[in-house]
Amino acid sequence: MYRVVAKEKLCPAIDFMKIEAPTIARKAKPGQFVVIRIDEVGERIPLTLADWDEKEGTISLVAMQVGTTTYKLACLNAGDHILDLVGPLGLPSHIEKFGTVVCIGGGVGVAPIFPIARALRQAGNKVISIIGARSKDLLFWEDRLRSVSDELIVTTDDGSYARKGVVTEPLKEVLTKGEQVSRVIAIGPAIMMKFCSLTTKPFGVTTIVSLNSIMVDGTGMCGCCRVSVGGMTKFVCVDGPELDGHEVDWELLFNRQRIYCDEEKQSMELWKSCHCQRS
Amino acid sequence: MAEKPKINLNRVSMPQQDPNVRAKNYDEVALGYSEGMAFEEANRCIQCPKRPCVDGCPVNVDIPDFINAIRDNNMPEAVRLLKSKNSLPGICGRVCPQETQCEEVCSLGKKGSPIAIGRLERYVADWELNHSTSKSPSPTTILPSSTGKKVAVIGSGPAGLTCAADLAKMGHEVTIFEALHVAGGVLMYGIPEFRLPKNIVQGEVDYVRSLGVDISLNSVMGKLTTVDELLESGYDAVFLGTGAGLPMFLDIPGENLNGIYSANEFLTRVNLMKAYLFPQYDTPIKIGKRVAVIGGGNVAMDSARCALRLGADKVYIVYRRSRVEMPARHEELENAEEEGIIFKLLTNPKRFIGNDQGWVTAMECHEMELGEPDASGRCRPIVKGGSEFTIDVDVAIVALGTTPNPLIPSTTKGLETTKRGTVVADEQTGKTVKDKVWSGGDAVTGAATVISAMGAGKRAAASIDASLK
Repeated sequence: MYRVVAKEKLCPAIDFMKIEAPTIARKAKPGQFVVIRIDEVGERIPLTLADWDEKEGTISLVAMQVGTTTYKLACLNAGDHILDLVGPLGLPSHIEKFGTVVCIGGGVGVAPIFPIARALRQAGNKVISIIGARSKDLLFWEDRLRSVSDELIVTTDDGSYARKGVVTEPLKEVLTKGEQVSRVIAIGPAIMMKFCSLTTKPFGVTTIVSLNSIMVDGTGMCGCCRVSVGGMTKFVCVDGPELDGHEVDWELLFNRQRIYCDEEKQSMELWKSCHCQRS
Repeated sequence: MAEKPKINLNRVSMPQQDPNVRAKNYDEVALGYSEGMAFEEANRCIQCPKRPCVDGCPVNVDIPDFINAIRDNNMPEAVRLLKSKNSLPGICGRVCPQETQCEEVCSLGKKGSPIAIGRLERYVADWELNHSTSKSPSPTTILPSSTGKKVAVIGSGPAGLTCAADLAKMGHEVTIFEALHVAGGVLMYGIPEFRLPKNIVQGEVDYVRSLGVDISLNSVMGKLTTVDELLESGYDAVFLGTGAGLPMFLDIPGENLNGIYSANEFLTRVNLMKAYLFPQYDTPIKIGKRVAVIGGGNVAMDSARCALRLGADKVYIVYRRSRVEMPARHEELENAEEEGIIFKLLTNPKRFIGNDQGWVTAMECHEMELGEPDASGRCRPIVKGGSEFTIDVDVAIVALGTTPNPLIPSTTKGLETTKRGTVVADEQTGKTVKDKVWSGGDAVTGAATVISAMGAGKRAAASIDASLK
């Protein structure tokens, strides 16, 4: 059992949870993920680390309520427990001094890009961060990202805050302004990561994306998370989660993310009918 | 002098659920012997002086002795004798291939059918499980005083559990590190409930715990802690029982279409995550109407029979050789066939065909014919030219086998592996080339059987014990 030590509602449907996990906190590195299972009947889902604190012995997760597991997670408060927590899994982000790097976080992807941007900055890079959300009320951690970036650009799709538009527009501007960008790291919805990769391709800038495929064990055992990268089948859980955005077969990823659409709806409906909402 | 009773050359048959009924439920197929059946079967044993069955058993269970105890109706003694060599008898009694081990060499086999050792083993184990909480306590193992030595066992499958249990019985302090959220490894995620009930596995895991073994779940070694860190932190020895957990795929076009599973994924969803109880359990699974399982081993049979129980109309086993070359146990083939699994032999998939939504709809196959025996001693399958045909499927399960997970070798300095990814270890002792590190089971041999992994765990425990003295 893993105790929730703090919980904060970042947005109406996005929660921040700090969980006691000293052994994971000791080993965690930027870009890695954990697998959680909330209760005895629960599903195993992967969540990329939003932060960790070795001294405190905690890890932090940020999750958007999209399915049964994330709804169950949102129901937990400080003092409650998660049944299973496994990690740190996956390969860490490649951190070194590249020069100028662009870190892009879209939606809930703003959370996992934070520790990566921080590590890249600490490694001596100039960090330009771009974060985006559909609207102002879905935007969080602007201050945190600002604290680890040399430059921060904020977008909202509907223009309700900061710059109106999607993250690929400022990305293209940064690339065309003439500054030599050595690397782009994008985390967010698959469609955003695809378009970030398409935007950087003509500029020949290495673009790393953190893929969010469906997983079961998260250790290479099942192959559920398989994707095609440069024509080769890769397992996101052990070969990733960070992979080369220019080589990813995005259509295959989109298809495989939809495998359980019907079942996810069915599961949600059952859960909602059985549980009164707490916040 | 009384006349010597004639030996019945036929074994007492095992009661089973009716195939038509069991194909729709997850309850155990084989129902187990009653007291009378066990007594009758035990009575067939001639207690021959040579005792070939003991040598036929990878963990050298004193088979004639525990059978004798059944005959004497001294069940606590039968349990004690069995468990002194085998910590997991309820599991072995169900999934061991006795027909190629202890039963194959049984003296009775020369004239009739050998003693049903596996069924008697299961009877004894189940007797204990049913009587362990009653007034007459089951015989407990008396543990020696602590040696003060610490051993880490990585993986809680058959090899790890056996190694840990034996080391605990020798007085060592043992911690098992398991990556998943329950202990048991392949016994939990791989073998289905109807062949090996999960309460039986957990009962035997609890027995290992009762010996003082600590089991640390959710611990992915290599990520959370490395083998070197374990040794630095005060462990005197490490046993790697990490199994063969990585699925192999066919590497043919269309294999990543939706609806195509590795057997590992399919079985993990069904067995470990209980997707057959969806939506009461949260983990979903696609229930195919027409399901093809590619492969001819026990895992293929398990996958096919699970797919049938989920509600498939037609389930095919697609295998590139003929029936005699199938590596599955004869009993499992028979069970699958009785339940209505359709065998498409001498058939090999060429590619998967999908719809515009990315879902598999059909599988194009070749007909095969058998050529000369290959390195494995089995006839090599050869593609028949121009023999392509398609099978409509909406779910396909690839059950070609598994290879060891590279996580430990890739994070452990000085561990040697083969080209196949298996850990190099001494066959007799399990000792690897790295100081203080042993390994055994599928991690060393590649995918094999539960009992051979247990035998390796047992031999490694003896070798570790000797090195700690």
